[in-house]
Amino acid sequence: MDYTPHTEEDIIQMKAAAGIADIEELFADIPAKYRLAQLPDIPAPLAEQETIALMNSLARKNKLPRLTLTGAGAYHHFIPAVVGHIINRAEFYTAYTPYQAEISQGVLQAIYEYQTMIAHLTGMEIANASMYDGASAMAEAAILSAKTLNRSKIVIARSVHPEYRAVVRTYCWSNGYEVCEIPFVKSGQIDLDLLQKELDETVAAVLVQSPNFFGSIEDIAPLADVVHAKGALLVAGFTDGTALGILQPAGELGADFVVGEGQSFGNPLNYGGPYLGVFAAREKFLRRIPGRLVGATVDKNGRRGFVLTLQTREQHIRREKATSNICSNEALCALAAGVYLATLGQNLQKLAALNIQKTQYLKKQLLGLPGWKEVFTAPVYNEFAVSCPDARKVNEALKKEGIIGGYELQKDYPELKNTLLFCATEMLSREDIDRVVDTVKGDR
Amino acid sequence: MELIFEKSRPGRSAGSIPASDVPAINIEDVIDRKYLRSGLDLPEVAEVDLIRHYTNLSRRNFGVDLGFYPLGSCTMKYNPKVNENAAALPGFTGLHPYADDELAQGNLQLMAQMQQYLCSIFGMAEFTLQPAAGAHGELTGIMMIKKYFEKKGEKRHRILIPDAAHGTNPASGALCGFETVTLCSNSEGGVDIDHLKSLMTEDVAALMLTNPNTLGLFERNIEEVSHIVHEKGGLLYADGANANAFLGITRPGDLGFDVIQLNLHKTFSTPHGGGGPGSGPVGVGPALVDYLPVPRIVKTDNSYRWSENYPDSIGRVRAFYGNFNVVVKAYAYIRSLGAQGLKRATQMAVLNANYIKEKLKPYFDLPYDRVCMHECVFSGSRQVAQSGVHTTDIAKRLIDFGYHPPTIYFPMIVPEALMIEPTETESKETLDAFCEAMITIAHEAQESPHRVKDAPLSTEVNRLDEVLAARKPDVAWKKQ
Amino acid sequence: MSKQNLNDRRYSRDHEWAKDNGDGTVLIGITDYAQEMLTDIVFVELPPMGKKVVKGEPMAVVESVKSVSDIYAPVSGEVIAINSKLEEEPALINSDAFGEGWIVRMRIDDAAELALLLDAAAYDLLISEDKH
Repeated sequence: MDYTPHTEEDIIQMKAAAGIADIEELFADIPAKYRLAQLPDIPAPLAEQETIALMNSLARKNKLPRLTLTGAGAYHHFIPAVVGHIINRAEFYTAYTPYQAEISQGVLQAIYEYQTMIAHLTGMEIANASMYDGASAMAEAAILSAKTLNRSKIVIARSVHPEYRAVVRTYCWSNGYEVCEIPFVKSGQIDLDLLQKELDETVAAVLVQSPNFFGSIEDIAPLADVVHAKGALLVAGFTDGTALGILQPAGELGADFVVGEGQSFGNPLNYGGPYLGVFAAREKFLRRIPGRLVGATVDKNGRRGFVLTLQTREQHIRREKATSNICSNEALCALAAGVYLATLGQNLQKLAALNIQKTQYLKKQLLGLPGWKEVFTAPVYNEFAVSCPDARKVNEALKKEGIIGGYELQKDYPELKNTLLFCATEMLSREDIDRVVDTVKGDR
Repeated sequence: MELIFEKSRPGRSAGSIPASDVPAINIEDVIDRKYLRSGLDLPEVAEVDLIRHYTNLSRRNFGVDLGFYPLGSCTMKYNPKVNENAAALPGFTGLHPYADDELAQGNLQLMAQMQQYLCSIFGMAEFTLQPAAGAHGELTGIMMIKKYFEKKGEKRHRILIPDAAHGTNPASGALCGFETVTLCSNSEGGVDIDHLKSLMTEDVAALMLTNPNTLGLFERNIEEVSHIVHEKGGLLYADGANANAFLGITRPGDLGFDVIQLNLHKTFSTPHGGGGPGSGPVGVGPALVDYLPVPRIVKTDNSYRWSENYPDSIGRVRAFYGNFNVVVKAYAYIRSLGAQGLKRATQMAVLNANYIKEKLKPYFDLPYDRVCMHECVFSGSRQVAQSGVHTTDIAKRLIDFGYHPPTIYFPMIVPEALMIEPTETESKETLDAFCEAMITIAHEAQESPHRVKDAPLSTEVNRLDEVLAARKPDVAWKKQ
Repeated sequence: MSKQNLNDRRYSRDHEWAKDNGDGTVLIGITDYAQEMLTDIVFVELPPMGKKVVKGEPMAVVESVKSVSDIYAPVSGEVIAINSKLEEEPALINSDAFGEGWIVRMRIDDAAELALLLDAAAYDLLISEDKH
């Protein structure tokens, strides 16, 4: 099945109009010896019915769990029906980047509204139209800080998501910047004393997450003071965006940039992507931040409208002087996030509170088991770390019940042996949680 | 149209939250009050109002499903619906990225096969699906080139980029610490070979070439270009933005390219979503395989798993594995079309572009009059000289005829450029009607230029004040 | 049609002007021809006070909707005043490039550098060549 509408007669007429006798003549600029008769190793075409059957068979090779107790950067939340209905409107999903504002007011206004919601949620004045994902958003904030301050060192908390740290390392290496990691203390929060020792006039930015990878909420305000005292910038990430429904946002506590993963806002798990890089900043960075920005303006009749604005920041004008090469955003994911947040409204706080209730219940039940201990003391949102006698065995037992267990922290933190990072969202019922605990206990 | 915030009324909501079924705790007992926020200021609307708001917004947006979208270099082909259905299967959407490999064998098999298909189609040794978009893939490709020379212990500082290239090319080069040097085009729109010879030294890491280039022209001297670059130990980078011009006809790997970044949302029909999500896989020749991002998929007997064990890798460029759900759509597309379909798509894309080129040639200046590939680039210079009608006016007038305008003012080496990419999914009637509209506008430009300069007249808003938007930026709504 | 290039100041090949205040300081801006080429200016990034600038190196940035351009120091010296009105009203450069749209005042390191710049007649010639 291909999607070309050309009839034989069309082709004859079009060839004549183009002044060619044979289609091959169109490819005469390609040296003959490099022209293929047929692509090797590509299967034969399929009819639509065969395509969907094939895709179904692949999808069925995945085993969907009954429950997911892992968060660690990707969160299982309920998605209201309206979200899918809106983002599946072809006017939105079959459009390109809104270069022609007059026929792109839909996506432009939706993004402007998204920017407004994100700025508010993060406690910032401005937010961009989104980036690839939380990790690359954090890396872009680090690079921007270094270029803005003309400093060459990035300091990152070890309690930041391991994959985010890896992305930051890659971006910094390519730009020639040094990366230094700061350990965590018993609370699970960044070691403020060691941070202070590490901070000097070469440090451009300090990168943390709150809640961090362990679920612990960082104390942002004193952190911001310490960072600013040395003239550096504070980049505060977050893990699960729904936490912003109840936690004081880092933007209100002195962070210069708030970045994070917005997948929780109406985007499915999708095995890791596409996701949504949230990027919010203080207003003074408006003309420097990477990514697309939508701005409000008027037309010649004074009617309000929206345009892509401040494009001089971007690669296609600044070229080699650009601070980032990003030219797209994750518009449809941002649209989903906007619809999600408008759907929940004030209820986002209720949802966040429910996540806390479920998490505390799961935590309490697990800590009631013999040999299970709390690992960190700082308050948490919907993730927490616990140590247990045999983490592998716990996850194996859960897997047999069709449950994806906790994230094994030892993979990334060798010192955290038999330590599991659990996440409980609104998707877990009390019955589910009791089943988890019974399974771990070996009652089932 | 009102903003969602302006429709907000305290107490309304479109979302419902289940009651808690676990023993209640007081939140301030577990989270110190200083960590809790004071207020939340999100829109409060009823579900019906929410749906009407976004549905009405969608009516102010133009997509491929509404009409012809010949936006050059963006390959706005039709997005087949079966691909959407496939990608929406719960088996693909529902899995957590940290699910055990054992649970994700369908996803892993799909990704591994996708990499193989891309290797076959482009003649490369290996692919990564991790980059989230074309520009992200470009950055990844240049990072690998940097790592390659680092490992060889060679210090190379420069990257050559043709003057017709997309602005991301120099930006990507600069972000990897390279100095970017502009390579001139010759009178045919190809690489100026003498200029290349004079610039290509042992300080040059790579030449970044878009082939066909942004003029829609295939580089006739590609063998010589490849030879000159490789002779000095440099690498040849392919910007795959224009891959819709050669799929099934030729392979960049065979032509001497060492690395290529793709845009699945262009060439492989996945929808653009109003600016993303895209997907930007990167393919490499044997020289660069060791530097691919981690994790990579490994096949063992009858199963697949992720591996991070590649010590020379550049590392990660994104969390998890890339825009997986976009890859699902592109995979379904490749399987639907098969080898023959991919080749036919290319042939029809190129035929369509040449058909438009010939039909419009009498009415608009064609700076490079030769067989084009999947797109053709005209200049509006004649109209500017005759009546002061600029390319932007022509573009806006096309909106009144029901078309999305072509790409304008790019490439920069063509004054008043109009870059038209019809793609293969458009019928002869559609092209004829579009050409008629263009010809009508060419006449209008002469006879009643004000009608063109005042366009569009059919839209909810007229041309917007971009200067005001940039002078007094308003990027987030504030309550009055 | 751009405004007359004035005889009371000197011009660089990068379209900046420098006017000798006679007290060891010079006023610097961009020419009317330059603002015309840039079209509507939307933002000016000014250097910090006290910044030492070197002749020929970027010292400020002007942005229009479609472009971003460095402004190069026509002479070497220290920035002693900036036209902070431009932060709110970048359009002053469009409306009055030679007057209200000045960019910085500098204490010049070596007054002899001024003589190396073009006079109005030579600059007229330069832009007439530019146009062809």
